Amino acid sequence: MFPEIIDTRPLRRAVDDALNWIVRHWGGGFEAAAHPLLMLLKSIENLLIATPWWLIIAILVGVAWLSTRNWKLPAVVLVALLFLGVMDLWEDAMATMALMIAATLTAIVLAIPVGVWMSRSLNVRKSITPLLDLMQTLPSFVYLIPTVMIFGPGKIPALIATIIYASPPLVRLTDLGLRSVDPAVMEASRAFGTNPRQRLLGVQIPLALPTILAGVNQTTMMALSMVVIASMIGAGGLGYQVLQGIGRLEVSRGLFAGLGIVALAIIFDRVTQAFGKQLQARIGLAEAR
Amino acid sequence: MSDTTINPELAIAMRGVTKIFGDDPQSALALLRSGKSKAEVQAETNHVVGLDNVSLDIAKGQIFVVMGLSGSGKSTLIRHVNRLIDPTAGEIVVNGADVVKMSLDELRTFRRTQIAMVFQKFGLLPHRSVIDNVAYGLEVRGVGKQERLATAAKWIETVGLSGYENSQPRQLSGGQQQRVGLARALAMDTDIILMDEAFSALDPLIRSGMQDQLIELQKSLGKTILFITHDFDEALKIGDRIAVLKDGALQQEGKPEDIVLRPANEHIEDFVREVNKARAIHVRSIMTRGAGERCDILVPQDARCEDVLPLFAEHEWVGVQDENGVQIGSITAKQVIRALARHTPSPAGELAA
Repeated sequence: MFPEIIDTRPLRRAVDDALNWIVRHWGGGFEAAAHPLLMLLKSIENLLIATPWWLIIAILVGVAWLSTRNWKLPAVVLVALLFLGVMDLWEDAMATMALMIAATLTAIVLAIPVGVWMSRSLNVRKSITPLLDLMQTLPSFVYLIPTVMIFGPGKIPALIATIIYASPPLVRLTDLGLRSVDPAVMEASRAFGTNPRQRLLGVQIPLALPTILAGVNQTTMMALSMVVIASMIGAGGLGYQVLQGIGRLEVSRGLFAGLGIVALAIIFDRVTQAFGKQLQARIGLAEAR
Repeated sequence: MSDTTINPELAIAMRGVTKIFGDDPQSALALLRSGKSKAEVQAETNHVVGLDNVSLDIAKGQIFVVMGLSGSGKSTLIRHVNRLIDPTAGEIVVNGADVVKMSLDELRTFRRTQIAMVFQKFGLLPHRSVIDNVAYGLEVRGVGKQERLATAAKWIETVGLSGYENSQPRQLSGGQQQRVGLARALAMDTDIILMDEAFSALDPLIRSGMQDQLIELQKSLGKTILFITHDFDEALKIGDRIAVLKDGALQQEGKPEDIVLRPANEHIEDFVREVNKARAIHVRSIMTRGAGERCDILVPQDARCEDVLPLFAEHEWVGVQDENGVQIGSITAKQVIRALARHTPSPAGELAA
């Protein structure tokens, strides 16, 4: 046994007490602060559920066609969506999609500025990288429980947990994309008298966009991989079906809902990747690498 | 060269410009000033001396070439003129304005309005069409869309890329891409253009064509061009004046023939030995001056030795005329041979070149 050097019980009690204190005094404030997130999620979910199923299929198949100009991907998307409808998973799939979209949008708004900040300063990068590592490796239950304590079970803690887990790759890839813009192009831009904002918006972000889009792709995938855990605290959707399947030992329910998650993953993965490739070809990076 | 006053008529003047790369350039600078060499400073402090006390006067309306091998500091030097690199010490005056003392805001305005640059690796924006690349400098300057596109279209035509306006840079060959880079700099309509090894990445034939085009453009536009190259032949071909740089220090500065005929040290002699002197030496610098006897065969005064050599197959000597057709001197085959043979250790092997 490792010898006891200090008594850790007071430390642990202090942490627990602090959390309880926060829940008691600031809980309302946190909930109010997170309200916009809830509104975002709810409005996306309502929109997706209110939209007729055929319109959603038409839109997604159309987007798939735009991303590849080829019939293969639209066909895959069509089959995946029909599977969700036929298996009576449509409404759950829309709830899961809403959670994923809300998490991805929030992650984009938060992660891209952080990525920009990281790309500009080595010190910022050094201090944020371990934080990102922590966000990706810390078991999600560890921060899920405090968020549930603060916000109560429901969609907000599910969304927050998904955002925490899903944004690191976007931060990293934004940073990487911005830093790997050809220094010769950056120097040329500087020589013409651009200010930092003009360089960021006019040169760096457009040229880093394929990499940033790869980050968005990763974020959507990681958000989907959180849906089962998120459903444990009231996110609903396909994840809840999987959970129920496990709970009732109904293998079929778990299997079909699980395949439904895979279907969503395939749709969003392939479509964002195709857009990334298209963008890369337009900038001419495809040949260069 | 005077080290105290700067003639405001000059396009670019540098005084004692020194650049040391490293964390603590000032202490390395003190060592350098105490008389240590670049290698000694590097060994003692791990700081790299980029430029060592360089002073240059560049008059308006000429092509001034800075020549040096890789690592000689020539690219560092050109980046001081628009302060892409900040000097450790020294003074840089461009069009009468002290670049080193400018605030960031003033520097941006200066870069937007006074100076344009062409890069070895082109530095084109890959996500923009050719015309938007050419218009980029004007866009940064805040010129309206219609006006800047009209200006850009004009310069695209001048450099011979009409029809490629809406192409993407990656669809063009290296030579065409550099024409875009040149058009982008010319569209700025600045008096000074910096060219950093602008033709070094191009094939020899295309490079030669671009050099001719640059000389033409300079004649018609009267710009001041600071041109960096590692190629002595290129320097001799396009330069009105040439400065040779080695280890960050200025070795010699003068007209092309000064350098070919009177190399200041062994390092420059090494270059001169490899070069086609017949192309470097203008006949007017070695001719016998004065109207003298009238000759039927006349060559213009900017003719070079290689231009008159074929004439000597038929004639003993030829006359040299100025732009008005007045004979200002004459030159014999012997004079040319003597000029070409100078500084040649093994004349037999050298004359063939």
